[in-house]
Amino acid sequence: MATLTPEATEVQEPDEHGSRGGLWSWITTVDHKRIGLMYGGTAMFFFLLGGIEALFIRLQLAVPDGTVLTSDQYNQLFTMHGTTMVFLVIMPLAAAFGNYLIPIMIGARDVAFPRMNAMSFWVFLFGGIFLSSSFFLGGFPDGGWFGYAPLSTQSEVIRMDFWALGLLILGIASLAGAVNFTTTIFTMRAPGMTMFKMPVFVWMQLVVAFLLLFSLPVITVALFEVFFDRNFGTLFYDPAAGGDPILYQHLFWLFGHPEVYILILPSMGIVSEVLPVFSRKPLFGYQFVVFAGAAIALLGFGVWAHHMFTSGLGPVAESAFSLTTMFIAVPTGIKIFNWLGTTWGGKISLKTPMLFALGFIAMFTIGGLSGVTHSVVPADTQQTDSYYVVAHFHYVLFGGAMFGIFAGVYYWWPKISGRYLSEALGKWHFWLMLLGFNLTFAPQHWLGLWGMARRTAVYPPDIGLETLNMVSTIGAFLIAVSMLPFLYAMLTNHRKGEPAPADAWDGRTLEWSVSSPPPHHNFHEVPTVEAIDDFWHRKYGEDEEGRAVRIATIPEPERFTDAYIHLPSPSYYPIMLAAGLVLAAYGFLFGPIGIPLLIVGALVLFGGIFGWAQEDPDHPMGDHDDHHGGHDDHEAETGPVEDEAGAAEGETAGDPEAAEVVEGEDA
Amino acid sequence: MATETAVHGPTGTDGADIRKTAMWGFLGSECLFFGSFIATFLLYSDETNGGPGTEVFDIPFTSVSSFVLLMSSLTMVLAHNAYERDDNRQLRIWLVATALLGTVFLGGQVFEFTTFYAEGLRMDVSPFGSAFFVLTGFHGAHVAVGVLMLTSMIILSRRGQLYRHRGMNVELVGLYWHFVDIVWIVIFTVVYLLQV
Repeated sequence: MATLTPEATEVQEPDEHGSRGGLWSWITTVDHKRIGLMYGGTAMFFFLLGGIEALFIRLQLAVPDGTVLTSDQYNQLFTMHGTTMVFLVIMPLAAAFGNYLIPIMIGARDVAFPRMNAMSFWVFLFGGIFLSSSFFLGGFPDGGWFGYAPLSTQSEVIRMDFWALGLLILGIASLAGAVNFTTTIFTMRAPGMTMFKMPVFVWMQLVVAFLLLFSLPVITVALFEVFFDRNFGTLFYDPAAGGDPILYQHLFWLFGHPEVYILILPSMGIVSEVLPVFSRKPLFGYQFVVFAGAAIALLGFGVWAHHMFTSGLGPVAESAFSLTTMFIAVPTGIKIFNWLGTTWGGKISLKTPMLFALGFIAMFTIGGLSGVTHSVVPADTQQTDSYYVVAHFHYVLFGGAMFGIFAGVYYWWPKISGRYLSEALGKWHFWLMLLGFNLTFAPQHWLGLWGMARRTAVYPPDIGLETLNMVSTIGAFLIAVSMLPFLYAMLTNHRKGEPAPADAWDGRTLEWSVSSPPPHHNFHEVPTVEAIDDFWHRKYGEDEEGRAVRIATIPEPERFTDAYIHLPSPSYYPIMLAAGLVLAAYGFLFGPIGIPLLIVGALVLFGGIFGWAQEDPDHPMGDHDDHHGGHDDHEAETGPVEDEAGAAEGETAGDPEAAEVVEGEDA
Repeated sequence: MATETAVHGPTGTDGADIRKTAMWGFLGSECLFFGSFIATFLLYSDETNGGPGTEVFDIPFTSVSSFVLLMSSLTMVLAHNAYERDDNRQLRIWLVATALLGTVFLGGQVFEFTTFYAEGLRMDVSPFGSAFFVLTGFHGAHVAVGVLMLTSMIILSRRGQLYRHRGMNVELVGLYWHFVDIVWIVIFTVVYLLQV
């Protein structure tokens, strides 16, 4: 990845630590662009891993009475496939886009808390490794990605401990990320960029951050209760002692349903950026799209029990949740119509990002409609735990979220690397994936309605399920094949990619106003924003009939190789803290023999927090590449300082971050 | 050194303190954390599984320790007031007082837990016990973290390193501390007073 870094092509400012290149600079980086790239690379790796798990599942189900996997292995694979795709792929991919783009799109030079941002990434990476390493340490978790109690509390082996502890660790990363993104978006927008002049992508990331803030603590509680039941003898979910497994379902889905919107809203944001650019029209009904996103988030907290229609909630609760579930289709529908309205009458250019965005709309609409059928209680009772549900959520999460993410990858890659991804390979990727995806999941609607059950390793012959299962398996392998042109284009992009200008697609938002790759400091001068799609309005005016007329040509931005703008200094404390946390988790899981590891991990963790809190970026001997003196930090008892020392401050907001980390272990 | 424009500071472009924004977001999240544990407790308040129930609660004792914790909010306010006046001596006095009151509350909780265990109310006896100890235990952990933060404030202030615009400051610790107190008011009401 080093070849793709924005910095690699620039003349670097002097640095006594040589920290602008090499592995160490990536380990200690607090640059939101590098962190975004690392998030993206790691998540793509887990995407391949989760995909391989899915292929094993489909191999097992290709023919009746499959013998590829034992039931135990099948349980492990479907659990890890779901857990991986949700927590290690789509959520971090959204974080990747958010990290890379939010500061540039709002005209800022970094996120609010750069070190906390680095910590989020390292905790995510190590947490993902922790979860996946269970394969070598007794087997993958095997209780489903939802980990229903008491199944998850009563299995003997430590697999579900890996699951509960792994998700708790990943929750710290997401929570810190959410705090960071909300703060960044609320406080660091460029002058003139009011909330309703922000790009829709930034809006959707804000909504997602709020969803994370208010839903993560709920699953944290559920996971603690499961973990305590397993390890400390509590009786939260022991029905024999009066514990109530339904409580777990409520807590899980009170997180789990907002989580669905956490997964899909970033892609809705991406699509809302891509469609206007490739239709050469502004987004139709900007305010409606934004408010619909917020409405989805609010309603998203009131629909969780539709996952539990067969748990015996009683007719009143079921009717209420049935209604709210129907309501939530309204804002979703508003968005779909606004996207269609955006393309209506536009000069559509069917480049790869646009293809994926249109694919997103089509596939997501199918998934959304099958979702509405779940709101009808009697129908849902029939569909629960069948492949119909599997088909539904793959249409929204793969056909929706992943297609949106691929649209974003093709759209913003020229900004990231300075080179377009191959259009030819991109089109192969899109059409193969669209075909493979529909071959895999469309038949599952029928399979489910015919009675094929989820999470079951085998199905009997002669009940009419063979053909469509075989089709579905072929489709899954086609999806795998479709990834090859994408991976090839990615790996050869630095040699074969066609060079892209800064404004690669005649774009509308601020990221296209800076060079590709963006300079380390993003903006030489902080832009002043006057309108939605401000960058577009710098280029285009309107004639009498309202058609866009070019009024200015923006020259290629300079590379600013001589500029020195004070930026947050690198720090190794974030990775230290994350490593300590995960080492301690391993130590805990392995009982008496793990205690030394637990102690080492705890020491590293607290060393990281302590060092972080102490880190003084203004000290000349400090571990930093701070070149300009004159800060008044040391006589700072006198009161709030305006922005002279600005760069350092956000970075050194050490203690609140440290405090939250300490909290994170509890919370 | 072509340009020396600020990237961002403790204040964002519109003058808001970014650390306060972050702290409010975090505390908002914490509401749901404690809310879920309180919901668990309410569900299990009668699930004693044959073991002891709410009759083991000693309301006068817990009232006193609750009062101690509430008073620590007062001393925290006085500390913040001294901080605003740049009166470092007063600041440290009130920070020490706050940390001490917090520690007294924690001591009371340890005493209470020990007593309950002796009376047979344990984490592994009933869902009621599980819910009680895990909820109040997590609250105690939050108080302990708060005491640690107060202690760091005191040490930093003594060393003259308590910078207003950088890192954790007294106002942020105060926000956290008041939040933890408010949560206790809810817990004391819902878990103790409404149950006996």
